[in-house]
Amino acid sequence: MKTIKIVMTALLVSAVSFNCSSDDDNFTTTPTPTTLDFSGTYNQADQMGRPAVNTVFVSSGSKDGFNTTIPSEQNAAFQGMFQANLMGLSPAFANPGDMNALGQDAAAFTGLLATDVLNVSLDGTTTFYDGTNVLTGRALADDVITVELLLIFGGEDFTENPALSNDNVNANDKPFLASFPYLASAW
Amino acid sequence: MKKMKILLGASALAIAGFLMVAADHIDAPDVASTSSDITDFYAFQGQNENNIAFVANVQGLLSPMATTSATFDENVLVEINIDTNNDNVEDLVIQAIPRNGKMYFFGPTAPTATGLNSIIMKDATQTVVDITAYGEIAKVTTNSNGIKAFAGPRDDPFFFDFAQYSAILAGDATSFNNPGDDTFSGTNVMSIVVEVPKSMIGGSGTINTWVESKRK
Repeated sequence: MKTIKIVMTALLVSAVSFNCSSDDDNFTTTPTPTTLDFSGTYNQADQMGRPAVNTVFVSSGSKDGFNTTIPSEQNAAFQGMFQANLMGLSPAFANPGDMNALGQDAAAFTGLLATDVLNVSLDGTTTFYDGTNVLTGRALADDVITVELLLIFGGEDFTENPALSNDNVNANDKPFLASFPYLASAW
Repeated sequence: MKKMKILLGASALAIAGFLMVAADHIDAPDVASTSSDITDFYAFQGQNENNIAFVANVQGLLSPMATTSATFDENVLVEINIDTNNDNVEDLVIQAIPRNGKMYFFGPTAPTATGLNSIIMKDATQTVVDITAYGEIAKVTTNSNGIKAFAGPRDDPFFFDFAQYSAILAGDATSFNNPGDDTFSGTNVMSIVVEVPKSMIGGSGTINTWVESKRK
């Protein structure tokens, strides 16, 4: 343990020293990318658009497949699975005419989600859902899980299944910053 | 009460071992607990309302101790995809890849090819930032095009009582607790934040965006 501490102190000291000297480097020539190796082909491992989609709607044997299907082909490959899993989670969707609070039945809701991209407005408020704006982005403080639970379990007016439609964790464990880089410092 | 805590702790461990965790943390077997596991993706209007900020996080559920030795993988490209004409095919990409303690960003730029395999667009607009070390004040950069960049460990911004959700799915509980317990409390991620002028990604209207990790 003591050795670890000493090593860590040494690392910290070197990091800090490097930091000091790196300020001076601003006035010298920084290495251009041409001197670094950026060659080769990079092959897809993971992907994500909206939060929790792969976790909630993709069956366990298909999660890697979902991560390596391009978004323009996801609907054809996965919408049926999404709909079956939605009805498994929230059986009311199996009733004819049953909808979520966006007025979507099971087919329409999963048709939206199966193409896993985040829609972002370039013209104003960006939020997953703020009571007025729907799917115009995703801000750090958006309670996206509760929104998704409400859309899955909350029925047409967000009042059904109250025990399942809010996890009662409504905010992050550290406040976000008003300015770049916005995320809170590490624990 | 103490016993309950121990039980909860044990079930949290079981969950980490066997189930997949939201938002995209440990979402699939091939990427779980690897340097290419995306945990989350955000896109929102910046403090400067002419900009959009993108946040791509990888390597979730890092304890503070684990964070001290966490690094970005030089073989993993993080690629933000932007579709400007609503066909869910990327028209622009922003690529982020680490080299020698710095994160190199290329783009926004049209990729040579769309889809699952990428080459690095090294002749595109470049933004470079020193990777912030654990415990350091965030090092940020702004290039001449108005692109801002950051890379380094941050608090995981995601919050969710995932343990209780899993208990409900397993049939061990019938409701969430009030208040809930944030499964991601006190944990860190390796974070990439890049903010670009809206004029570089379509200007107005709606874009579709997603993030990919790609390994060499």
